[in-house]
Amino acid sequence: MPISIKAPMTREEAKKLRAGDSCLISGVIYTARDAAHKRLCELAEQGKELPLDVKDAVIYFVGPTPAKPGQAIGSAGPTTSYRMDAYSPTMIRLGQTGMIGKGKRNDEVIAAMKEHGAVYFGAIGGCGALLSKCIKNSEIVAYEDLGAEAIRRLEVEDFPVIVIIDAEGNNLYETGREAYLNTQK
Amino acid sequence: MRELSAQKITEAVKKLCIEANCHLPQDVKNCIETCRAQETWPQAQEILDRIKENYEIADAQDAPICQDTGMACVFVKVGQEVHIVGDLTEAIHEGVRQGYSEGFLRKSVVRDPLDRVNTKDNTPAMIYYDIVPGDKVEITVAPKGFGSENMSQIKMLKPSDGLQGVKDFILKVVEDAGPNPCPPIVVGVGIGGTVDKAALMAKQALLRPADSESPIPFYADLEKEMLEKINSLGIGPQGFGGKTTALAVNIEVCPTHIAGLPIAVNINCHVTRHQKEVL
Repeated sequence: MPISIKAPMTREEAKKLRAGDSCLISGVIYTARDAAHKRLCELAEQGKELPLDVKDAVIYFVGPTPAKPGQAIGSAGPTTSYRMDAYSPTMIRLGQTGMIGKGKRNDEVIAAMKEHGAVYFGAIGGCGALLSKCIKNSEIVAYEDLGAEAIRRLEVEDFPVIVIIDAEGNNLYETGREAYLNTQK
Repeated sequence: MRELSAQKITEAVKKLCIEANCHLPQDVKNCIETCRAQETWPQAQEILDRIKENYEIADAQDAPICQDTGMACVFVKVGQEVHIVGDLTEAIHEGVRQGYSEGFLRKSVVRDPLDRVNTKDNTPAMIYYDIVPGDKVEITVAPKGFGSENMSQIKMLKPSDGLQGVKDFILKVVEDAGPNPCPPIVVGVGIGGTVDKAALMAKQALLRPADSESPIPFYADLEKEMLEKINSLGIGPQGFGGKTTALAVNIEVCPTHIAGLPIAVNINCHVTRHQKEVL
C-alpha cells in the first residue's frame, strides 16, 4: 500500500520514509529547475528573501508544457535531477525536505539530505501526460520570464512517487538493481 | 520541373511537430509491449504498465507524451527534380514555430549556449538535408529530449580496438547513463565516417523503426547481441532494477579512414519520437 504524504512535509516525516517506499503526495509543492535554482541560490547567497517558503517545502524538478484552455497544467513529468546537484545542498540547508525528480544525485546532495533530514523522490520519467492528472491547480509565483522554468505553486492530489534516496542515504538505484540481479544468478 | 510551395512545407512541419509529440510511433509501442511481456521483475512490470497508460492518455487527449517536447530535429530528403518556391529553411523554422505554439508544446530552446535566453518559439530547428533522386520531398520530424541527449557520448577508437572496443563503448555509455535518461531507452549507434558523421549516424539510427533490424546481417546480429548484453545489466525501467533497460539498439555504419574507428552513441528515452511525411 502506498504511503500518503502531506506537503509541505516536516523533517520528522521525511526521516520516516525509506528507499523503495511508494508514496502519494497531496498538498502544495513548488516547481523549480535549472534556471530558477540558480536564481534562488544567488538570492540566498546575498542573504535576500526567497520568493517561496522553502521551510518544509517539496520541490518538483519539472518544466511543464503550456496548459490548454480548461487545463490546470500541461504534461508535467520530472526532469533529470543531477543538474540541480549544485543547488540542492543550499536549498536543503534552507529548509527544503523533499525533492521530486529522476536520475542519480551526487555525494554532496546525499550528505546534505542525511545531515538535515530530506528525501529524494522519483516520479516516472516520460509519463508527463499521466502525472499531470494529479495536479489540480498551478500558478506562477516567480520568474515568469523563464517560461517553462518559472517557479509554480502546484496543488497536487495523490501524486505518485517512489523514494529513491532516503534520509539515511539508502539508494533504490543500488538496492533495486542488486535485488533484481540476485534473482538472475 | 515539379513546383512545391514553401507554405506546404511549413504546414507539414507544423503538423508533424504536433503529431510526433502527442502520438508515440507504433514501432516503439510494439517494443514496449514485447518487453512488458518478457519482464519478470514486479516493479519493472508496474512501471512499463504506467508508461503504456501514459502514451494511451496522450493518444486519446492529443496531449504531449512527455513535457520535454524536445529540440525539433528535422531531416529532409529533397528530390533533385523539385523546385521549392520560397525559402525552404525558413519554411521549416516557421513550421516549428507554429507547431510548438499552436500545439501547446514546450519551448525549450535558448538562443546562445552561454547566455541562455529562451527563444520562446522553440526555433531554430536542427535541420539536415539530403539531395536525392526524384521529385518528392520527404520530411521527418524527430523531437529530441535532452534528458537522454545529455547521456550520449562520442569516442575516436583506434582501429586496433576493433569489435570489442565498439561493444565495450556501447555498454559503457549505457552504464554511465544508468537511470538518468528515463530507461527503457533506445540506443542509436553510429560507427565510422568522421567525428561529425558518426554523431549524425547515431541520431539517424534513432529514426529507424525501433522494431526493425539493420539490413546488414553482421550488424543485425550485433544489434541483437548488444540489446541482450544491455538488458543483462539489470538497470531496468527508471533504473529501479529489471530486464528492460533498452527497447532496441539500432546501428548505422559508414566507411572510414585507415587510421580511425569513430563511434557515437545517441541515447533516446522510451518516448522515441519520429513522424514522416512525403510531399
